Amino acid sequence: MIVTETTSYQEQFERFEQELGADKPQWLRDLQRRGLARFRELGFPTTKLEDWRFTNVASLAKQDFIAPLTPRVPGQVHDAGELAAQALLDDSFHRLVFINGRFAAEFSRIGELPEGVQVNHLEQVLRTQADQIGEQLGQQASLENASLTALNTAMFQDGAVISVAAGVQLETPIHLVFITERDEQAVASFPRSLIKLGKGSNVQVLETHVGSPGATYFTNSVLEIELDDEAELDHYKLQSDSIAAHHIAATHVHQRGQSIYRNHYFAFGGALSRNEIACTLDGEQVQTILNGLYMISGDQLADCRTRIEHAKPNCESHEMYKGILDNHARGVFNGRIHVHPDAQKTDAKQSNQAILLSDDAVIDTKPELEIYADDVRCTHGATVGELDDTALFYLRSRGIPEPLAHKMLIFAFANDVVQGAKIEPLKKYLEAVLLADHGLPQV
Amino acid sequence: MLEIIDLHARAEGTEILRGINLTVKAGEVHAIMGPNGSGKSTLAHVLAGREDYEVTQGKVTYDGHDLLELDIEERAALGLFMAYQYPVEIPGISNKYFLKAAINAIRKYKEQPLIKTSEFLDLLKTNLAKLGMDKSMMERSVNEGFSGGEKKRNEVLQMAMLQPKLAVLDETDSGLDIDALKIVADGVNALRSPDRAFVVVTHYQRLLDYIVPDFVHVLAGGRIVRSGDKTLATVLEAEGYAFLEPAGTPA
Ligand SMILES: Nc1ncnc2c1ncn2[C@@H]1O[C@H](COP(=O)(O)OP(=O)(O)OP(=O)(O)O)[C@@H](O)[C@H]1O
Ligand SMILES: [Mg+2]
Repeated sequence: MIVTETTSYQEQFERFEQELGADKPQWLRDLQRRGLARFRELGFPTTKLEDWRFTNVASLAKQDFIAPLTPRVPGQVHDAGELAAQALLDDSFHRLVFINGRFAAEFSRIGELPEGVQVNHLEQVLRTQADQIGEQLGQQASLENASLTALNTAMFQDGAVISVAAGVQLETPIHLVFITERDEQAVASFPRSLIKLGKGSNVQVLETHVGSPGATYFTNSVLEIELDDEAELDHYKLQSDSIAAHHIAATHVHQRGQSIYRNHYFAFGGALSRNEIACTLDGEQVQTILNGLYMISGDQLADCRTRIEHAKPNCESHEMYKGILDNHARGVFNGRIHVHPDAQKTDAKQSNQAILLSDDAVIDTKPELEIYADDVRCTHGATVGELDDTALFYLRSRGIPEPLAHKMLIFAFANDVVQGAKIEPLKKYLEAVLLADHGLPQV
Repeated sequence: MLEIIDLHARAEGTEILRGINLTVKAGEVHAIMGPNGSGKSTLAHVLAGREDYEVTQGKVTYDGHDLLELDIEERAALGLFMAYQYPVEIPGISNKYFLKAAINAIRKYKEQPLIKTSEFLDLLKTNLAKLGMDKSMMERSVNEGFSGGEKKRNEVLQMAMLQPKLAVLDETDSGLDIDALKIVADGVNALRSPDRAFVVVTHYQRLLDYIVPDFVHVLAGGRIVRSGDKTLATVLEAEGYAFLEPAGTPA
């Protein structure tokens, strides 16, 4: 056999299939096999592909990452407990904790849920209600040109499943915590999650990704979201992975009429991170709000991609991304807005702003607007700058030392994205911990 | 308190200040007038430490310190304050946070204990009331979206909160309505004391009716070309700068 970059996953797949395949329904085995075939066909993306021009995954492709065959035995974890405690924002939140891609019951806690709400992990759901989930899995996340979505499809064992019946307003947020703990071999995890909100329901979901400090690992996550008419989802994602981690994630959102999807993305970790959010606005008066903040330094790369399909008239999409880049960090922002011929009265706004704190930091911004309707309002803007000298002087001339003045201006820049977080402990956390490097002291 | 000797400064290759001499003693108020573009704001910025200006010659002593050797923030911590002709907008930082950060930075520099929140809020409330400012402005970002007059009041508020030893007010009166002018002048007068000094840059006699100066100087072409007592301002108001021949350069 010719050994290629996909071989290791092929072998792992076969092992999974052998050990665990018997318990899986046939449709799932077929789906996963299709994922593998597609992945083998496409291979890891290269920078020759337009979509990957600025994000080189060659080193990720070359290295062997191993997906654990079995979940961790409770009590045999290393620092997962500590990581789980750090990730915890509020003990009252419902939470599903995953360690190295597998559900960890001992750290999870689901409080009392209203009728019609299901919060569970995929492996369990597949065992008990496989057919119900069969209609959902793979509905949004196409394998077409997405080799890493195909890889996730081939390899996933677990993930979160949230479903909420029509009309339910869930007040307590649901916290999904994905922990990668260091192992003898570099860990790969492939969480696959599903969120389905019924008509007029309202939920807040928080997704946290953390890992053992300094550990090299690979997370390849796919999340499929369906929002029925008038449903409202606030989705927060905190990517605080280890500085040596590779984080590749795709979130696919399908929105029906008058639904609201707000995504708040905060990326601080990872050697390489790529977060794609693809929304299909498939109904009238849909609102899609995508806000992001990435703060990176050293040799980190953060790639933020948004794809918005305006398929129906009278919808709004607003995107605001902000980046703070120091040292040799690289940022990539690629925002696609596709307005279909029917989607008259579309209101699409996109802005990407970056502050470069060093001469060696780089940002590549690429808006892609494809507009096939004539009565629309689409604006996009990108700015790249440094800290404002005049503002810096103003602060210093009031006695504020230069390092604090720097922090204040960085914080000021990031502040509107942080203030968009409506979950108070999250906002505090962002202010106090995640912005620690650049955060403000109490004065 | 302040002694400026033969100060020359340039920006982007052009000499703007061409030999300023000025001595300000504690307790005094000096007014600086002069045509547009004569270097008044440049002088204020050089004193505050703006790095865009290169001092090519001269010496400035402030309260026993070689001022030009000090960092920007050190000058402020030692009691030098400039009220900006064009206050800077800083979106994302609240006025309140900014003020408290400034007070505490200065206290830290002086190795004094940090201000208690309650003490800070009391002080803020008192000063806001004096300046006729609404407390809601404290929650807003620094100067962002403030009207011209509001920005000027905000400068005076900062001065009142920081209690500087030497305040350089750069056209704090422009953009103020008549009532605000009085309020701001009252704010300045309230701070007047034997151990403080003020340098007030203005184009109008009107402000000097409220803040009565001990000396009035005319800055033109980067030099002080005339000095006198408060009556000089009245003369200038009546006759303008026609005595400067040719316009803009020293006689
Ligand atoms: N950073 C700079 N770079 C280049 N030229 C400058 C700079 N700052 C000031 N100048 C020039 O120096 C001269 C003096 O400017 P300054 O702002 O000090 O004048 P001013 O006396 O305060 O005028 P006004 O009464 O209009 O406020 C002007 O010709 C101005 O254009
Ligand atoms: Mg001026």
